[in-house]
Amino acid sequence: MANDTATLDPHHFDSPRQQFDAGNLGIWIFLVTEVLFFSGMFCAYALYRSLHPEVWTFSSQFLNATLGAVNTGVLLFSSLTMAWAVRCAQLRQRTGLVVCLAITLGCASLFLGVKAVEYTHKWDMGLFTAGFYESQFLPGPAHTGLSSYLVRLCILPAVLAAGCALWYAFALVTRRKRMTEIAGAMLVTALCFFLGVFTGVGIENASQAAHASEAHASAGPVSHTEAAAEAEVAAEGLAAVPATAATVTHSSLLEPAARVPGAPTPEQVDQAGGAGLFFSIYYCMTGVHAIHILAGMGVLIWLLIRATKDQFNEQYFGPIDYFGLYWHLVDLIWIYLFPLLYLIK
Amino acid sequence: MSDHAAHSHSHELENFAHPAPIWQLLLVFVALVGLTIATVFQSTLELGNMELILALIIATIKAVLVMLFFMHMLHDKPLNVIIFISAFVFVALFIGFTMMDAHAYRDSVELKNVDSPRPAAAAHE
Repeated sequence: MANDTATLDPHHFDSPRQQFDAGNLGIWIFLVTEVLFFSGMFCAYALYRSLHPEVWTFSSQFLNATLGAVNTGVLLFSSLTMAWAVRCAQLRQRTGLVVCLAITLGCASLFLGVKAVEYTHKWDMGLFTAGFYESQFLPGPAHTGLSSYLVRLCILPAVLAAGCALWYAFALVTRRKRMTEIAGAMLVTALCFFLGVFTGVGIENASQAAHASEAHASAGPVSHTEAAAEAEVAAEGLAAVPATAATVTHSSLLEPAARVPGAPTPEQVDQAGGAGLFFSIYYCMTGVHAIHILAGMGVLIWLLIRATKDQFNEQYFGPIDYFGLYWHLVDLIWIYLFPLLYLIK
Repeated sequence: MSDHAAHSHSHELENFAHPAPIWQLLLVFVALVGLTIATVFQSTLELGNMELILALIIATIKAVLVMLFFMHMLHDKPLNVIIFISAFVFVALFIGFTMMDAHAYRDSVELKNVDSPRPAAAAHE
């Protein structure tokens, strides 16, 4: 009984169950507002896709479906560990809860790492929003080696990782058990971002190499030789010398697909400028989704700290459960975003 | 009387937690990954207009799995489920009505000032 009153906080609730139900209703209503909020962007997507289906087929080829699939798997796994965390909280398994929350946090970070590679690769290629979109057929600077955008994006995570490492070392030396757990989870989270970045760069390079060999195979006509040369440069990846390729086209990335006669060619779609519209919608939808991941990570850290204090049990697990619902909703939105953006043909 | 007291006491400490069995969580995860592979595979097929419909059907099956098991809607109060599902009714109305006359206001939603793409930055001499 003493334990019961201890968990019943604040005291204006009749029972732990009432306390849980009140919060649960609140979070479901919040999720409704989230669904309606995202529906505006899905509406824009549906409207412009129906008006310009050819732009969607053209632009979607610049999205790396492998990276998208990897990120889908990462998010699904984080949903699993989050659901498992709720179970641990309900069963009063302190260690299990801390581990599950830490893995969820790490997965979120890994997701953002892969996302950073995806974004910076597009910025390198000039795939910006409407009005800033750069033609993929006109000559442009070649992008080889490590993206400068990516390096700049990695500065803050690198600083955070170094800080977490120092904090973890401090906690170890001073033998503070709870601080060690928190700092360790944070260090793993920061390192997971770089795991995501390396995974992303690896997959991106591999698919560029695959495109290059494809270009080699189809390099019969004279017009293809330049594309093949550029693809070779791209295939060399990090080792390539930037000075050798001053201005070449990106056209090696554009697969010659079988088209209906009379339909606009990729060049026409590109020159009409509508591809920027696709990327506006792409950045908006995935960017707002990524902001939700970031916000979720903030809440996860708070929950992790509370979990190390052993504050959750079978009568009081609301915060874990509510956050789980939010996290699954973010996963749910990605479940729709992935096929709608990455898998268009 | 003591029976009633015991009942109210058990009500006070009612066990309302429904810890999901581990096998169920793992099974749902495996199903979700399987459906992700299915949707990637489906995108490599030549299906024309069916492609989008099939992709949305697979995504919806995944969403239902997440909602029923990860978001434990099966154990939740009906009121919460109704509230959440009602959101999708309004989403359907919103997108449905927008799409119904999309071509009627086509001119007003086209981006007219960004007609041609910029050449890549370094192409200017």
